[in-house]
Amino acid sequence: MAIAGRNGSGKTTLLRVAAQLVRPTRGSISFCGGADHPKPQIGFVGHSTMVYDELTAAENLIFFAKLQGVTEAKTRADELLREVGLEDRKDSLVRTFSRGMRQRVAIARALLAQPSLLLFDEPATGLDAESSAWLTEHVRKLRDTRCTILMSLHGESPMARLATRAVRLEGGSVIADTQRGAMLQSIFAAAGC
Amino acid sequence: MALLSRAAVLLGKEVRTEFRSRELLSTTIVFVLVVVVVFSFTFDPSSNESRRFGPGLLWMAFLFAASLMLQPCFLREQVNDTLSALRLAVSDPFAIFLAKISANTLFLLLTELLMLPVFAALFNVSFAAQLPGILLTFFLGSLGISVVGTALAVISAQARMRELLLPLLLLPLLTPILVVSTEVTIRLMQPEPYMEWKGIGLMAGFDVVFLTVLWLFGEYLLEE
Repeated sequence: MAIAGRNGSGKTTLLRVAAQLVRPTRGSISFCGGADHPKPQIGFVGHSTMVYDELTAAENLIFFAKLQGVTEAKTRADELLREVGLEDRKDSLVRTFSRGMRQRVAIARALLAQPSLLLFDEPATGLDAESSAWLTEHVRKLRDTRCTILMSLHGESPMARLATRAVRLEGGSVIADTQRGAMLQSIFAAAGC
Repeated sequence: MALLSRAAVLLGKEVRTEFRSRELLSTTIVFVLVVVVVFSFTFDPSSNESRRFGPGLLWMAFLFAASLMLQPCFLREQVNDTLSALRLAVSDPFAIFLAKISANTLFLLLTELLMLPVFAALFNVSFAAQLPGILLTFFLGSLGISVVGTALAVISAQARMRELLLPLLLLPLLTPILVVSTEVTIRLMQPEPYMEWKGIGLMAGFDVVFLTVLWLFGEYLLEE
């Protein structure tokens, strides 16, 4: 599901509320359609990479895996580093990475605990065409195999094509919500995606 | 048990990143060293004078060093928004505080222990016989500074005037434990030294009270 909208429309706030990083000023959030349903495992990829520059890619992933109680943290970290194509740079400090490589580490971090809900906040921001294409392809694979993905989009993004449902926000309110192909394109066009 | 194991993982990360960057330790050690050396020239280091003024100077230096050390402890987490990643990964936010407090106490104690022989030499004071008492006092004092300082560091990290806010809030709140720590240290530096257990009890009480407050309300401090 894609969330489209102009700057300040509330996309990031909505995602941070969904991740329970921000308490909503009004209303409430429920998962899987029920107020009593427990919070699912959530993976979050934000504007920032949310990893430590002073640690290596492998150290970052092992650290977050242990925090999330992932068994066999090292094996899981190696598996994800292979998946995002950073196996040969796993022992390099993240501060030596390009923006695209950092974003790959960020995605690996978000996938550590095999989340059933993935939140992406403008994940392609600052990426070059090659990294953006890799990210789009990777998100497509995740969508097809793993979990529900909620992503905010701004500006022209190839990731808009992956959405099967789109919501347009304005001033913190939903002004359009559709699952139909033609309508999806009109929502993205109106939001400049 | 899960809380302690998560806190241990977080502490390991704090220690690893600090020993890799050496940002906090090098700054505080140099700062305390400069203060101790400058004051040693200001006062005639005859034993009586040193015993009267020494502990106060020492704790003053530790306080300023701590405020230097505490300021970046949550600011570092803002650079790449890693605080959000920690909050998503850890179910009990007190684990984050526990790790930060442990790391700050450890770094502060390390600075204090490195300064102890320098202070003893420059101020002509011998600590050897009272070392266990000194270590206990330093530990409880440093823990108190770290508990209050860590709580205030997370508040000030979200404020605009953060560089001013932390020392401004820190100094009045730490006055009780600084007074008691200084008094206990003075007793340990007397010609006939003794351990003031009442002071030790007060320091332990201060630490427990603020740790409990943080355990109860820490979650709200971490919210955006």
